[in-house]
Amino acid sequence: MHMADALISPAVGGTMWAATAGLTIYSAKKLKNNLDEHIVPLMGVLGAFIFAAQMINFTIPATGSSGHLAGGMILAILLGPYAAFLVMASVLTVQALFFADGGLLALGCNIINMGGFACFIAYPLIYKNIVGERPSQGRILLGAMAAAILSLQMGAFGVVLETLFSGISELPFSTFVLLMLPIHLGIGIVEGLVTAAVVSFVWKAHPEILALAKSSASAKAHSHKPLLIGLALFAVVAGGMLSWFASTHPDGLEWSIKGVSGKEELEAPKEGVHGAMAWIQGKLAFLPDYDFKKPEEEKEGKPEEGKGEKKGESWPEVSAGKSLAGILGVVMTLLMAGAIGFGLRRYFSPSKG
Amino acid sequence: MGNIESSLLNIGYLETLSYQQTPLHRLDPRVKLLTTLIFIVAVVSFGKYEITGLVPFLIYPVVLIAVGNLPPGYLAKKILLAAPFAFFIGIFNPLLDRAVLVHLGPVGISGGWVSFASIMIRFTLTVSAAFILIAGTGLNAVCLALDKMGAPRIFVMQLLFLYRYIFVLTAEALRMVRARSLRAFDGRGLGFSSYSSLVGHLLLRTLERARRIHLAMLSRGFDGKIHLLRPLHLHGRDVVFFLGWSGLFVLLRLYNLSQWGGAWIMGLVQ
Amino acid sequence: MSHHIIELEDLHYAYPDGNQVLQGISFRITHGEKVALVGANGAGKSTLLLQFNGCLLPASGRVRIGEMPVTKKTLTHVRRTVGLVFQDPDDQLFMPLVFDDVAFGPLNLGLSPEEVERQVMQALAAVGAVHLKDRPPYHLSGGEKRAVAIAAVLSLAPAILVMDEPTSNLDPKTRRQLIELLKTFDHTLIVASHDLDMVLDLCPRTLVLKEGRIAADGPTGAIMQNEELLASCNLEKPLRLQGCPVCHPA
Repeated sequence: MHMADALISPAVGGTMWAATAGLTIYSAKKLKNNLDEHIVPLMGVLGAFIFAAQMINFTIPATGSSGHLAGGMILAILLGPYAAFLVMASVLTVQALFFADGGLLALGCNIINMGGFACFIAYPLIYKNIVGERPSQGRILLGAMAAAILSLQMGAFGVVLETLFSGISELPFSTFVLLMLPIHLGIGIVEGLVTAAVVSFVWKAHPEILALAKSSASAKAHSHKPLLIGLALFAVVAGGMLSWFASTHPDGLEWSIKGVSGKEELEAPKEGVHGAMAWIQGKLAFLPDYDFKKPEEEKEGKPEEGKGEKKGESWPEVSAGKSLAGILGVVMTLLMAGAIGFGLRRYFSPSKG
Repeated sequence: MGNIESSLLNIGYLETLSYQQTPLHRLDPRVKLLTTLIFIVAVVSFGKYEITGLVPFLIYPVVLIAVGNLPPGYLAKKILLAAPFAFFIGIFNPLLDRAVLVHLGPVGISGGWVSFASIMIRFTLTVSAAFILIAGTGLNAVCLALDKMGAPRIFVMQLLFLYRYIFVLTAEALRMVRARSLRAFDGRGLGFSSYSSLVGHLLLRTLERARRIHLAMLSRGFDGKIHLLRPLHLHGRDVVFFLGWSGLFVLLRLYNLSQWGGAWIMGLVQ
Repeated sequence: MSHHIIELEDLHYAYPDGNQVLQGISFRITHGEKVALVGANGAGKSTLLLQFNGCLLPASGRVRIGEMPVTKKTLTHVRRTVGLVFQDPDDQLFMPLVFDDVAFGPLNLGLSPEEVERQVMQALAAVGAVHLKDRPPYHLSGGEKRAVAIAAVLSLAPAILVMDEPTSNLDPKTRRQLIELLKTFDHTLIVASHDLDMVLDLCPRTLVLKEGRIAADGPTGAIMQNEELLASCNLEKPLRLQGCPVCHPA
């Protein structure tokens, strides 16, 4: 679910970065006020624990595949929302830097998708309300499952929205949603089971562990602040994106809506999977268009709906002469880059010969 | 299990790379961080059909990999390994966007393929930039840069602690997984209940360790406030690096050097 | 100098689960003494060590460091005076670089950067680890980690050094180097250990702990020859004092 820089635009990346930065500063402030200084080393090693635990797999019977833990919910349960958010952010940062698991500009998106929703919405809204002050095995299971499923669905939805508003990928809203959400429903169920199992295990051994989360969260036992912040954030981000999108692509909003409800040339998607599959098939069966006039039309007029294309992005000009020049230029650039690189290498590490 | 070992090796290797003493490594980490971000924003800000304008940006990774003595083969492997997500989203573009955009002689290339190629080029560029940042700077220095640039101290410490204990905890997890696999036969014993028990034990040990670390910190006078004693000094070469590269990125973003170069060659030929 | 005296008066301590770990411990250690604490696993050694710097506070009885009783209010002063080196160096070296770990204590005391630098270099020099100062802790060998962990405590300039199993997991040569190093320290030294040969080398006085009580307190030489006492406490004679297996095969 980690988003790559290649698929986002600066506007989307920047917006989500701003949201992440805001949440990070807010969480840090909250922790400073309620600092049980035990939490400092605890956060660090729990982050490392999540990292290590993610690399342990279990076989899922009858599928032949394996699953593993994502960890956002466990962190929220053990540390409370603010500390857990910071820990998730740190884990994702290390993954982005060392494993190219997610881009640096997209890091803001990933932190919100995989940390923000879990800590500030799913945890306070679902888990805490279900499990409450007196946890039991059953309630832990129910709470963890519901919270994990919700947070993963929201995260997956976030990925869809961020990709959509970036305009780099052609995937239309409904296709993408149909790809992401069911898969992450399955993943959410697994995550919920793992979370519940591990939390129960630890809770049976050390019941006081679950109390730490309360002491590091805000003073009031049932504060809804984290939840309100989460929802407000979600609203601001979604609203901001929508308005940005609408302003730069006046037809864009219309287009997206059409994209969800179906284009004129194709059947509107019927209910259920069949309708969606038929719709997808319809799009894919579209014959490639060898119409020479097409690019010129696009240049003059507004982007048309249907045919699954453009949203008013600026176009590279596509005359034959220009494309040849472009290709020549690319080749030249590559050759020069190669020469420079080779030359520099010899200069800076002569021992490598 | 190979997963754990290879991850450990990967982090260890990147760290070893960051200890080299090349001109790249000696630069101020704040400057490297900012330059990387500007690079990524410039690359990502192109329209989705851009290819020729992107290619000149390759100069940045090429130069820094050479100057910083970083292994290009290793980077290439990394890019390939990380590519699937971008690839599988990107591959929908040629499927969905079939209107011909460009002609190479008699062959028409659809917009979808062009944007797909653009995606893969962006991917290569941005992953390279992140690699150069971490291999040419090291996480400790990056954290220091973040701290000096205003990130909350507790987040910076979190990153440092996390990094510090990744090795310890992954080694512990590795031992446990090895021990389990030696007693698992015919695929039995690797299922969910042994897994949750293993992870549960690892978590308990982690909590215990956190308690001991906390005691060790208290024993040396820790009162909640974390002190970092590492001053950073900006030198002329740092400023030159930053202004030079940022200026270049802006230039390349605004003017398509590939087109110019190619048109110039064609002009020569004619 | 009275501030170097450690005094325990009828110390009792129980874990939250009710386990009575320490049941009436009393002894007195004077300035410059090197004392070993030996006993079975579970006898209460580690728990007792944590009482010296206030990580754990007694349920009843008293701990006094110099003139100062160890209470919640005196913790800062106590921790300047008593340095505790834990069993696992990985628990103690949590900063990004060795320098940072050794500087951690002095920085917390509020010393100026120059003073901190001086303390750090002195401490590293004392353990022979100056060349390690810019390395991250996870790249050190077991012996190097051990040395740095000790330096991290020495930089506080404590008068009393308390160590939990300092020679565990060390190869023979490193172990010997550590023992020689500890011999050079002027500090009051309290060492909890299973390594009875080291105890023989290093500590003239030994306290034997059995089931939360002091079973013996006296000169190391005498205690290590007392086979009956040792056996009753899950111990045996140091290997050096046992018969040579070549000359007298069992």
